[in-house]
Amino acid sequence: MLNIDSLERGIVIDHIKAGCGMKIYNLLKLDELDCCVAVIKNARSSKYGKKDIIKIEDMVDLDLEILGFVDPHITIDVIDEGKIVEKKHLVLPQKLVNVIKCKNPRCITSIEEEIDHVFKLSGQGDHHYRCVYCEQEYQG
Amino acid sequence: MRHLIDPLDFSEAEIEKLLDVADDIALNPKKYSQVCAGKKLATLFYEPSTRTRLSFEAAMLNLGGSILGFATADSSSAAKGESVADTIRAVSCYADICAMRHPKEGAPLRASRYSRIPVINGGDGGHQHPTQTLTDLMTIRAKKHRLGNMTIGLCGDLKFGRTVHSLIKSLARYEGIQFVLISPEELQVPDYIVDEVLKGKDIPYEEVGNMEEVISSLDILYMTRVQKERFFNEEDYIRLKDSYILTAQKMRRAKKDMAILHPLPRVNEIAIEVDDDPRAAYFDQVQNGVYVRMALIMMLLEVTPC
Repeated sequence: MLNIDSLERGIVIDHIKAGCGMKIYNLLKLDELDCCVAVIKNARSSKYGKKDIIKIEDMVDLDLEILGFVDPHITIDVIDEGKIVEKKHLVLPQKLVNVIKCKNPRCITSIEEEIDHVFKLSGQGDHHYRCVYCEQEYQG
Repeated sequence: MRHLIDPLDFSEAEIEKLLDVADDIALNPKKYSQVCAGKKLATLFYEPSTRTRLSFEAAMLNLGGSILGFATADSSSAAKGESVADTIRAVSCYADICAMRHPKEGAPLRASRYSRIPVINGGDGGHQHPTQTLTDLMTIRAKKHRLGNMTIGLCGDLKFGRTVHSLIKSLARYEGIQFVLISPEELQVPDYIVDEVLKGKDIPYEEVGNMEEVISSLDILYMTRVQKERFFNEEDYIRLKDSYILTAQKMRRAKKDMAILHPLPRVNEIAIEVDDDPRAAYFDQVQNGVYVRMALIMMLLEVTPC
């Protein structure tokens, strides 16, 4: 089994759906960090069988909005002195700003410069987001 | 400061009050002839319109105010690539209130976020047209003396017909409303209206393809035009444009007190012979549109007659 040192101080993004680790890595722009970052693919998981994990050897501000949208089952462990000092569970964000783009060619976002792409969680329940301008549902 | 961007921006009580003022304007126009003296309305029409723009302008002139603006995007700075946000910031320096029509959905909402004056959505793409809805509500209330407990048939282009979307959203707030949605499959009501308004609020509705089968059950028949300008593909437009034509013969099946509404302009979806039918209310809508826009301008400018 591959061994990655446990963190003394930093953040572990755990329970990432297997195969989505690099997507999260790119979305969070972790390539721009100076610290040590490990992406572990297909780690054993008692809950899901397989999972991806990202370990970051620093305390960084993560965009929990993006993470909650991509996969609300992800958990965030904040590690200090080798121990988990905080465990964050994600929820679907009510609002997404510049995370996804409206694809409706009739929407004002298709022509207006410097406009934020804003989506709101619709009343339909799980993972339905609508553009605040044209109300079209986001299709991933 | 308030704007009117979405038909639900006003509560039922506010709409009731606004329609009462509109009714009073119809009865006593002189009382309101100077309430907006010294005020200016900017009409920012990025898309051609006869009725809505003239209706807004007539409304402001009837209130003693003045008007300025443009009637096509070509004659505005939009042709030079100016953003909606920048245009409204400039217009806020020239006028006290503005009405905007734009082919892009959400443009008036964008404008309202940068504006220092009230913004009225005069129609945004295939999305919403809240002042047409106020006109429709005024006409329905005048004909039926109520806004609830009725069956409304909406016929034609229910996909891109912004007046349809706004009317469904508004009427869904009243008790006892049922909708019959009559359209070809390609022009059915968008998902967000079905999911969030009809299913979301448990409003009874049915989607049908044949007008004749359902016309006898309707209290209101709201006809719409298949709009060429909403299609990216002309072949689709040609195939669908003559889907429904209301004739005197079809009207024989309708209730004696059913009212026919249409946001106009009409092409051929209502035969000319139907105009003489006392149930035809679409030209009443045009007149009501001026009264209701007068009431709206007064409400947003917070002015009242002396």
